[in-house]
Amino acid sequence: MTKLLSIMFVMIFTENYVLVQFLGICPFMGVSKKFDSSIGMSGAVIFVMTLASAATWLIYHYVMMPLHLEYLSTIIFILVIAALVQFVEIFLKRYAQGLYRALGVYLPLITTNCIVLAATLLNIDEGYTFLQSCVNGFSAGVGFALALILFCGVRKALENAKPPKSFEGLPITLVAAALTSLTFMGFTGMAERLFGG
Amino acid sequence: MKRKMQILLNGIFRENPVLILVLGCCSALAISVTVLGSLGMGAAMTFVLVCSNMVIAALRKVIPDKIRIPCYIIVIATFVTLVEMIVKAYMQTLYDALGIFLPLIVVNCIVLGRAEMFASKNSVSDSLFDGLGMGIGYTLVLTCMALVRELFGAGSLLGHQIIPEEYTVRILAQTPGGFFMFGCLMALLVWGLARHGKKFKPEMGCGENGCSGCAMADKCPGNEQKEATGV
Repeated sequence: MTKLLSIMFVMIFTENYVLVQFLGICPFMGVSKKFDSSIGMSGAVIFVMTLASAATWLIYHYVMMPLHLEYLSTIIFILVIAALVQFVEIFLKRYAQGLYRALGVYLPLITTNCIVLAATLLNIDEGYTFLQSCVNGFSAGVGFALALILFCGVRKALENAKPPKSFEGLPITLVAAALTSLTFMGFTGMAERLFGG
Repeated sequence: MKRKMQILLNGIFRENPVLILVLGCCSALAISVTVLGSLGMGAAMTFVLVCSNMVIAALRKVIPDKIRIPCYIIVIATFVTLVEMIVKAYMQTLYDALGIFLPLIVVNCIVLGRAEMFASKNSVSDSLFDGLGMGIGYTLVLTCMALVRELFGAGSLLGHQIIPEEYTVRILAQTPGGFFMFGCLMALLVWGLARHGKKFKPEMGCGENGCSGCAMADKCPGNEQKEATGV
């Protein structure tokens, strides 16, 4: 239990995928303009990452290990994620219209998003159990959501700012992202104190 | 030959993948901590770009239009796995330095973007030069950022200590420094272009010209809406 809590805390705060590990920067910058789309994207990422972590763990341990195909993990995982996203899209469209309207727009964009593939590969590298992988995928998604929604607020404030002419647009947004990520450095070392390493 | 040269230079300067097209920033920001890592990542990226561009260009008449994205991903993933194995076998330190970002070349927007934008429409030899140019452009930007970040962040260059450690700005070598450096470099580019009377407004992700670099553009519902309303 402590291990699961520690994974959650680490993935959301100290090792946040976006603000500490530089994963998923494109959606972080692209979608954070509007609050509604940040919420939708976050939901889709949490959903797909949890599912993908579960699916790839099962495939790795029950298909790839017996067949000694570990060296193909990159190529198999990306295909699993692509198929999974397609499947989820079809499933939601048929059985959960409300959820599809909320998340459907963002689902195709997730296939080629490095954050999902990274989560599944890191699960295997870390040697997590099935439950730990699922929790890891879920909390990494929550960490992404937290960063995205926080940064959305920062960008709202940034709209009224008047930076030097050459900094207008993306450059000043990147500098703002640097400051947001600076705040997350405050969590460094907290996990060790809380969960005893 | 002149046309090939033009394609090559296009990738390095006029359509630099990182600074102008603003693609594949995750790895660019994360790897540009050390010069050696940047050069290694650049070499891996260039290899994957050249090979996948050539294969996709050769197969461009065979691949059905509807499932072209999965086909591209398989071709790219094959070459990435190849690079991963070579680096793991012969360059253990580089493998450790690149970490997760080496397999993540598969989902790097630059590779998929070039397959979609260039290789699927051009000949094999043109695609070779395009891949080479893009790869060199990527390496160049990464190395530039790494030079500053390694020199001032860790006080060293290629592992040799130049500035004593007490005087380094350690934050530059960490995550916030990556964002900050990239922002400053981009602002410098905008400033430099403005001095020559050229207007340039960098956009990223789902921005105004972000769609041109996105392989998923035709599937993106946001894009359809944009076309429908004529914005």
